[in-house]
Amino acid sequence: MTQVERQQWDVVVVGAGGAGLRAAIEARERGARTAVICKSLFGKAHTVMAEGGIAASMGNVNEGDNWQVHFRDTMRGGKFLNQWRMAELHAKEAPDRVWELETWGALFDRTPDGRISQRNFGGHEYPRLAHVGDRTGLELIRTLQQKIVQLQQADFDEFGDYEARLKVFQECTVTRVLQDGGPAGGGRVAGTFCYERESGRFFVLEAPAVVLATGGIGKSFKTTSNSWEYTGDGHALALLAGAPLLNMEFVQFHPTGMVWPPSVKGILVTESVRGDGGVLRNSDGKRFMFDYVPDVFKEKYAESEAEGDRWYDDPDHNRRPPELLPRDEVARAINSEVKAGRGSPHGGVFLDVSTRMPAERIRRRLPSMYHQFKELADVDITAEPMEVGPTCHYVMGGIAVDSDTAATVGVPGLFAAGEVAGGMHGSNRLGGNSLSDLLVFGRRAGLHAAGYAREHASSPAGRPAASQARIDEAAAEALAPFHAAEGAENPYTLHQELQSTMNDLVGIIRRAGEMAQALERLADLRVRASRAGVEGHRQFNPGWHLALDLRNMLLVSECVARAALERTESRGGHTREDCPGMDRAWRPVNLLCRPVDPAPADPAADRIALVRARTDPIRPDLLALFEKEELVKYLAEEELYE
Amino acid sequence: MTTYDARFRIWRGDAEGGELRDFTVEVNDGEVVLDIVHRLQATQAQDLAVRWNCKAGKCGSCSAEVNGRPRLLCMTRMSTFGSGETITVTPLRAFPVIRDLVTDVSFNYAKAREVPAFVPPEGVAPGAYRMRQVDVERSQEFRKCIECFLCQDTCHVVRDHEENKPAFAGPRFLMRVAELDMHPLDAAAEAGLDRGRAAQEEHGLGLCNITKCCTEVCPEGIKITDNALIPLKERAVDRKYDPLVWLGNKIGRRSGTP
Amino acid sequence: MATGTEPPQQRPSGVHGASRAAIAARHLRTDRWWLAPAGTAAGLFAFIVYSTWRAFANADYYAAPYVSPFYSPCLAENCQEMRGGPNWDLFGSWWGLSPALLVLIFPLGFRLTCYYYRKAYYRGFWASPPACAVAEPHAAYTGETRFPLVFQNAHRYFFYAAVPVAGILTYDTVLTFRDEHYAWGHMGLGTLLFLVNIALIWAYTLSCHSCRHIMGGKLKHFSKHPVRYRLWGWVSRLNARHMQLAWASLISVALCDFYVYLVASGAFTDPRIF
Repeated sequence: MTQVERQQWDVVVVGAGGAGLRAAIEARERGARTAVICKSLFGKAHTVMAEGGIAASMGNVNEGDNWQVHFRDTMRGGKFLNQWRMAELHAKEAPDRVWELETWGALFDRTPDGRISQRNFGGHEYPRLAHVGDRTGLELIRTLQQKIVQLQQADFDEFGDYEARLKVFQECTVTRVLQDGGPAGGGRVAGTFCYERESGRFFVLEAPAVVLATGGIGKSFKTTSNSWEYTGDGHALALLAGAPLLNMEFVQFHPTGMVWPPSVKGILVTESVRGDGGVLRNSDGKRFMFDYVPDVFKEKYAESEAEGDRWYDDPDHNRRPPELLPRDEVARAINSEVKAGRGSPHGGVFLDVSTRMPAERIRRRLPSMYHQFKELADVDITAEPMEVGPTCHYVMGGIAVDSDTAATVGVPGLFAAGEVAGGMHGSNRLGGNSLSDLLVFGRRAGLHAAGYAREHASSPAGRPAASQARIDEAAAEALAPFHAAEGAENPYTLHQELQSTMNDLVGIIRRAGEMAQALERLADLRVRASRAGVEGHRQFNPGWHLALDLRNMLLVSECVARAALERTESRGGHTREDCPGMDRAWRPVNLLCRPVDPAPADPAADRIALVRARTDPIRPDLLALFEKEELVKYLAEEELYE
Repeated sequence: MTTYDARFRIWRGDAEGGELRDFTVEVNDGEVVLDIVHRLQATQAQDLAVRWNCKAGKCGSCSAEVNGRPRLLCMTRMSTFGSGETITVTPLRAFPVIRDLVTDVSFNYAKAREVPAFVPPEGVAPGAYRMRQVDVERSQEFRKCIECFLCQDTCHVVRDHEENKPAFAGPRFLMRVAELDMHPLDAAAEAGLDRGRAAQEEHGLGLCNITKCCTEVCPEGIKITDNALIPLKERAVDRKYDPLVWLGNKIGRRSGTP
Repeated sequence: MATGTEPPQQRPSGVHGASRAAIAARHLRTDRWWLAPAGTAAGLFAFIVYSTWRAFANADYYAAPYVSPFYSPCLAENCQEMRGGPNWDLFGSWWGLSPALLVLIFPLGFRLTCYYYRKAYYRGFWASPPACAVAEPHAAYTGETRFPLVFQNAHRYFFYAAVPVAGILTYDTVLTFRDEHYAWGHMGLGTLLFLVNIALIWAYTLSCHSCRHIMGGKLKHFSKHPVRYRLWGWVSRLNARHMQLAWASLISVALCDFYVYLVASGAFTDPRIF
C-alpha cells in the first residue's frame, strides 16, 4: 500500500496557463477552495509564448466590428467544423474578458483616444487583436498570475494564510485523474494523483471537480513551436478517465517558424509580422501568396500587390493581401514553394519586413521578433528578410466538451478548457482566437466546476472518494521506469523517434500509406516504452519525467494518426495529398477517439477506437449571418435542405 | 555545418553537497548552452536536472550561471565562446540549491505576495478604462519582465547577505512597485496606500546601492536601475526627505498625487 | 580544483551559505571583471589627488581672462581680484584658507551623491560589490539605510546647488571672450576649453537622475503635462549618457583648471585665435 499525503479541495485545476488560471480565479471567486497544479514554475506556462494578441470584437479601431463578424470569421477559419455554440459564446464574451483584464492591471497598447488598440491578423475581417507589442501572452499570464496573488493577499488578510482558498502547486505533475467508479474509468471524479517534480514525492488532491487545462500536444512533433510541457497530458488523462477526444486529426502548422539555426528550428515568428506589413517571397523574389488564394476566399483577398499594399492604410476600400489568409492556407503554400525548389537556403521562404517599414518602427512594433532573430540567428530583421517555414503550433482537436459548461462527455466532474478542449476552432484556428478562447472557456470551466463541486460536496451520495487500490495502481505505474529490466529503453531516444514519426508521417501533408506506417511504428514504440527505464533517483529527475510523459504522447499520437487516416478529405489543419479537396459530406462529421475498454494488457494492441458522430445542426439565426452562396461552399447537401 | 567537441564543467549535486564535473560533448553550428545540456541528458547524464521551458528566451525558466555570470541557458550562444574554452555551468548561487542546475526560487514568489496588487479605480467600469499610450509606456517596460530572477540572483544585497532576504524585495519586486506606482489608473493612493513610501519602509529600497548589476543581467534589456529603482528612490525622497513636502504635510495642505 | 564539497573555512554566508550550491570559489567569472572597478578607482583616485592639491594650493588660479572652475565663485576676501569676474566676498576676511574649499563643497557633494558616482565608488573603492556575481568581502551590509549613507538621498539638493554653480561657470566662460586687458572680442585656446567644459558641465548637471525626476519623472500622467513630458524626454536621452558625461565633465573641469594653472604660473602662453 502506498502511503501518500491526501489534501481536500473543492476544485483542482490542472495547468496554470491562461485557461487554468482563469478557471482558478473564477472558481475561487465563486467560493470554491481551488488548487492549481502545474508542471513548470508559476507564470512560466506556454501561454507566455503567444505573441500576436487577443481577438475580441471591441470595435475600438474599426467600429464595424461586432460579435457576429467575429463569429463569421471564426467559422470560416475553422471551415465550419467548429462547435458553433462555442464559437458564438466565444465571440460574444471575448470583449468582456479582455476588459476584465484591465481591471486586474493589464496594460495593453492604446489607441490615440486611450482605448485598447487592436491589430490586424490573418482571417479576421477587422483589426481585432488587443495586444502589447508582440508579447501579449506574457501580459495575459502575468495579469492572471497577479490576480491570483491578489486573491491570495485577500485570503491572507482574512485567514492569515495566503493559501487558505487558492493554492498553486508548482512543478508538480498529475499522472491520473482518480474516480470513484469501477476499474475502467467512467465514474465520478474524485481527485488527482500527482507527484512533486522536485522531490518525486507522490500526493493526492481529493476534489469532486477537476478542470483540465494542460494545453497541447506539440512535443510529439519534431519541428514545433511548443515547449516541453506540451506532451498532451490533459488529453491522455481524459482518455484514461473514459472521456473521448474530438477531431484530433486537426493539428495546426503555423506557417512561420524559424528554420535556422537547427537548434531553434520551429520557434515561432509571430503572425503580427504579416499583420503589420511583412510579405512572403520565394527565392525568385516573388510574392507567391497571390497564387494560392483558394476559391472560398477569392472575393475577400486582394488580386494585386498594389491593392494589398493600399489595404494597410485604407482597409474599407481595398482587400487584404493574401499573406493574411488563414494559417492552414499559408502553411500549405509555403510547403509547396519549398517543394517546388523555390525555397530559401535553409529550406524555408523569405518573410520580409525590412523593405516594408522603417527600422525604428520594426523595433517598436515587433521588439521580441527583432530580439529573437538578433540573438538566436544573428539576423537583423530591420535590414534583411527572415527565413521561415511551417512549424507544429496548435491542436484544434481535443477533449469533447459541452459548449456552455466545458464539462467533458461521460465523466461527471471532469471539465476541460483551452487548447486541451476540442471543438471551438473547428478544423483550423485563427490567430488571436486562442488567448480569447482561454479566457472565455477558462472562466466557464471554473464557474461550472465550482457549481458542480458545491452540489457534490453536499450531495447525499457524499464526496466522491478514490479507493486506495486506484492510488496504489497509479503509484506503481509512475514508479515502473525505475524497475526496468536490463536493456531498458532510453526515454530520450524513444521521444526522438516518436517526434520523427509524427513529423514525417503525420505532418503537414499526409498520405494514407504513411499514416498506416505511423500507426505501426507507434505500436512498436508503445512496446518499447513499456520497457523504458531511467537512472538515478526520484528527486528532480528529468529522465523519469520524460518516461512518464511518453505514455501521454504515445496515446495522443495514436489518436492523431488514427483520426487523420480516417478523414478522407483535406480541411483546415488536415491536408491529405491523396484526398486533396474539401468534401462537404465530411462537414457534419466529428471523429471521436474513445479508449479501448478495458485497456488491453498487450502494449502493441490498439488503445484507441474511432467513432463517427454527427455534429449538432447550426442554429438558423447563426446560419442567417452568412450569405447563401457562401454556405453552399461549406455545408453538406442534406444540411442545406434542413 | 561545423561540429566540434567542447569541454564543459557542470555543477552536479544537491543541498548536501556537490562538485563541478567535467564533460566533453559535441557542439553544432548555431547551438546554445541549453542545447548542450540537453545533449548531455540524452547521451551522458540522463538525470541531469535543469529547469527549462520555452527555449526562446520568453519564459525565464532556464536561469543559471555560465562562466560565473547569471544567464539564460537558452539565450547563451555557443558561438560566444572559443572552441578551446572550458565552459562552466552552475546553478544560481543566490538561492538554495535543489539539484544540479535547479534552485529553489520560492524567495521570489514570497516577495511577489508582499507587494499589494493593482488597485482598480472606483467608479470606472470594465471597458471604460482610458489610458494614453505615453502614460502606460513606463509601466509597460517593466511588464516585459519574464521573471527569470537573474536580477534577484545577481543582486549582492541578498546574494552575499542571506540575512537581508527578509527585508529586501529585490530588483524584480521593487520594479513591480514602480510599475504600479506609475500605472496611470492605479488607485492605491486613494485607498490609503503610499507605494513610494512602502518601497522604502517595507520592501527595502534603501538597501539598494544602485550598482546596476540587475540592469546588466536583464535578458529583456529593462533599465531596472535607471527607470525603476532610481525613480522610486526619488519618489521616496519626495515623501520622506523633501523639507518642503515635510512642512506641507505638517501644515496639512498637501494635495493628492500629481 | 577550486571546488569541492568541504565547507569553506570562515563563517559561511552569502554564496557560501549552507543552502547554496557548494562551490568554494567566490566567483567563477573568466572575463577581466576587475578591469572596470580598477579603472574606476584609478581614475577617481587620480582626480582626488589632483583636485586636493589644487584646492589647497590657493595659487595660480587666475590668469585673465581665465578663472579656474575650482575657484569660481570666489567667496572670500583673500581671493585674487578678477575684474568683472566671479568675486563675491561673502565670507569676509576671517577665512584664511583657500577659497576653493568654500565653493568646491557643492560640486563635490553633487558628484559624491550622484547616482552614477555612487555606483562607481561603491564598486571601485568599497567592493560592494566589486563586480556582478563576484562575492563582496564584507560580512554585513546595510546599503543606504543608515547614517551616513542615508544622506545620499540629499542628491536633489546638491542638484539645486549645482545649477547656480554651473550658471557662474557659464558666466566665467562668457568672460573668456575678453582678452587679458578685459577688452571684448578675444578667443584663445582657453576659451575653447572653457566652452567644451561648460557644455559638458551643463550636460552632466541636466542629465542628473534627480533632474529627470523633477522635470517630469514624478508625474503619473504625462499626457496631462505635455511640456514637462517633453522636458523629461530630453533629460531622459541625456540621462542615458550620464556615466559618460560624468567622466567627460570630470576630466574637462580638471583640464580647465590645469590649463589656468599652466597659464597663471607662466609655464604656457595662451594661444590666441582672434
